[in-house]
Amino acid sequence: MAGAFLSSAKARAAESVADIEALKQELRELRQRSDLLERKIEQLDRSQQPKASTNSPALTQPGPLPTFAAPEPSKPWRAADPIKVVGSAQNYMNLSFDGLVAAGTSTAKDIERLQLGGHDPKQRGFTVQSLETVFDGKVDPYFRGQANIVLQIDPEGETTIEAEEAYLETMSLPWNLQVKAGQFFTEFGRLNPTHPHSWEFVDQPLVNGRFLGEDGLRSAGARLSWLAPTPFYSELFWTFQNSQGGTAFSFRNEHGGMPFLGRPAGDRGVKTLGDMLVVPRYATSFDLSDSQTLMAGASAAFGPNSTGQQTDTQIYGADLFWKWKSPHQHAGFPFVTWQTEAMLRRFEAGAFPGQGVLPALPQETLTDYGFYSQVAYGFRKSWVTALRGDYVFPEHKGLYEAIAGPDPDRASRWRIAPNLTYYPSEFSKIRLQYNYDHRNSIGDDHSVWLQLEFLLGAHAAHKF
Amino acid sequence: MKTKLFLLTLALLTTNAQAKLNVVATIPDFGAIAEEIGGDKVKVTSIARGTEDAHFVDARPSYVRVLNQADVLIEGGAELEIGWLPPLVNGARNGKILSDAPGHVILSRGIRLLGVPSGPVDRSMGDVHPFGNPHYWTDPANGKIMANNLTETFSRLDPVNAVFYQANLKKFNEHLDKKIAEWTKLLEPYRGTKVVTYHKSFDYFLERFGLELAGTIESKPGVEPSPSYVNALIPRLKATSARLVMIEPYRPRKTSEYVAQAIGAKLLPLPTSVGGNEKVKDYSSLFDYNVAQIVAALKDSR
Repeated sequence: MAGAFLSSAKARAAESVADIEALKQELRELRQRSDLLERKIEQLDRSQQPKASTNSPALTQPGPLPTFAAPEPSKPWRAADPIKVVGSAQNYMNLSFDGLVAAGTSTAKDIERLQLGGHDPKQRGFTVQSLETVFDGKVDPYFRGQANIVLQIDPEGETTIEAEEAYLETMSLPWNLQVKAGQFFTEFGRLNPTHPHSWEFVDQPLVNGRFLGEDGLRSAGARLSWLAPTPFYSELFWTFQNSQGGTAFSFRNEHGGMPFLGRPAGDRGVKTLGDMLVVPRYATSFDLSDSQTLMAGASAAFGPNSTGQQTDTQIYGADLFWKWKSPHQHAGFPFVTWQTEAMLRRFEAGAFPGQGVLPALPQETLTDYGFYSQVAYGFRKSWVTALRGDYVFPEHKGLYEAIAGPDPDRASRWRIAPNLTYYPSEFSKIRLQYNYDHRNSIGDDHSVWLQLEFLLGAHAAHKF
Repeated sequence: MKTKLFLLTLALLTTNAQAKLNVVATIPDFGAIAEEIGGDKVKVTSIARGTEDAHFVDARPSYVRVLNQADVLIEGGAELEIGWLPPLVNGARNGKILSDAPGHVILSRGIRLLGVPSGPVDRSMGDVHPFGNPHYWTDPANGKIMANNLTETFSRLDPVNAVFYQANLKKFNEHLDKKIAEWTKLLEPYRGTKVVTYHKSFDYFLERFGLELAGTIESKPGVEPSPSYVNALIPRLKATSARLVMIEPYRPRKTSEYVAQAIGAKLLPLPTSVGGNEKVKDYSSLFDYNVAQIVAALKDSR
């Protein structure tokens, strides 16, 4: 049995040697023939077209029409030949700069509390929302690297700098795994891992601001992801990050010494693995038809919070994204997208013995909900109109609110925001947005914002 | 023992190589040529549809999975897919299709690109491709170079079937040569005819068949024409006595119709990709269709 197998393998090997010889011969003949053919056609071309007129603006190289195949088969293409191909230039790092500025006004007396995003316009007049420099490229054969350094001018006119993201990512680990490590936006929901200039609106959704913080949930750490071997797209993410600081808003955040949810928040340090931020996420996508795509995800974020020694926070989120894009699209238009995210936060607020003006408080669990839903319609090239609805509300009033009055960080509020965006090119945009805000304890407010974006440098690639 | 082991390995390798090469092409034209070269030894998936603008394809997550399983990725290069391919390759975590891998084919390799800027470029000139015009597959002669590139790649990755691929290449080239001669003859009477296009998508086709570009409806690459630009364009085009306005089927009709009417030319929507309409099923039928349409239009308007 084994002998038969081996002898057939031997025969096969012999065959393949013969094959190679035959192949070489055939190739030689083929080259000679195509050489001949080409010369003939060239002659034919020349005789039929003694003077090729090439003064059309499209042709950069005057002279007779080119022959069929530019490189002669007898003179194969070499890396040193002066042919422009992608990758022929050095490409160690892509550099780009994105400027995002806004101008506008609002009827709110407390605009800085009305707008929950750190990069939202939050004063009458002009706001420099984000000046972002992006470096990215291949680090070596194993990693891709990216850094997003953001400058911002705060309402006091001070320039602040944020190392928003700086991470490396593996390119081809076995078993469909990928590791990302460094400082990066947490893989939670759809909007959180993205940068403000890619948003469909001037400002951040209320639920993101209230639960994930004004600058979004991001920290130093690592993310492992696994692309499942399913016929459709299906990916599992496991993010493990530091749980402290302003960018871990609902977690180990001291809130600049101010009380949070009625209690002072102090650092409790890291003692065990359980004191880290753990964020699992599952995302899946289906092509509903040739022109429709659906993407759905579920995320959760678990970590300690600063209001006690044993208190934890859990945030759960679900997100849905649907897109229709014409099968006859021109420059990406027309299209319709629908994006919705819903979140729930369970915050275990620690007991507080009371101090100065702050009353004593028992331990309690505060549950809050929030969602936004937005539709964008790219009705013709360069023009997009969008509408977003926001709603955030508590499950019930906290015990501390019964003592100290309603907390604006938990009170119900909603917002409706229509806008219109014009893209003069892929590299700039002008957006006009109106916000109608309703805050239960405060009342109604109207705001109008005009936003301008410009992009310099490397051509951006768009993630779905 | 050593020989036995060697032969066993060889046998195993040959058995493994019997599996079809999984080929992913960015646009259907590349996919169509890959199918002709690869025959039943390859499985071809094309990402973009022939009916849409190849510069603006969505990076649908399902393609991450498709690329994850690919043995070969065929891209056009010259920044054709720069707006959507990198995140897909990034997510695919597939070493076989990374930029330096043998399975990553950049088809612009070896092709003389038109419109390579001779001086410095900046974006005030529109979205100029610094490497040249990436719509090179509209010259059927470039199809031969592309087919040659694919044959090389397939033969390297699947040497057992190299003879098969070479034979298909020969067949492909012979057929295309015959066809090119046919198309050239059909268009011969119209050599030097001035035509207008929307984007610089037909430049290679025009150069191959001796038609002349009188101007584009876009004011600059990727920049939509303003009314004042259109008004200035019309007398300029009239002076060239352009007879055809060739546009891709997905371009806005209104402006193109207006320009065509104003200059007394015929508006001709022509696919630039395989699958652009139901008659364009493979690479050579793309030209069969377009050449026939042009000849019919020019015959009528005589």
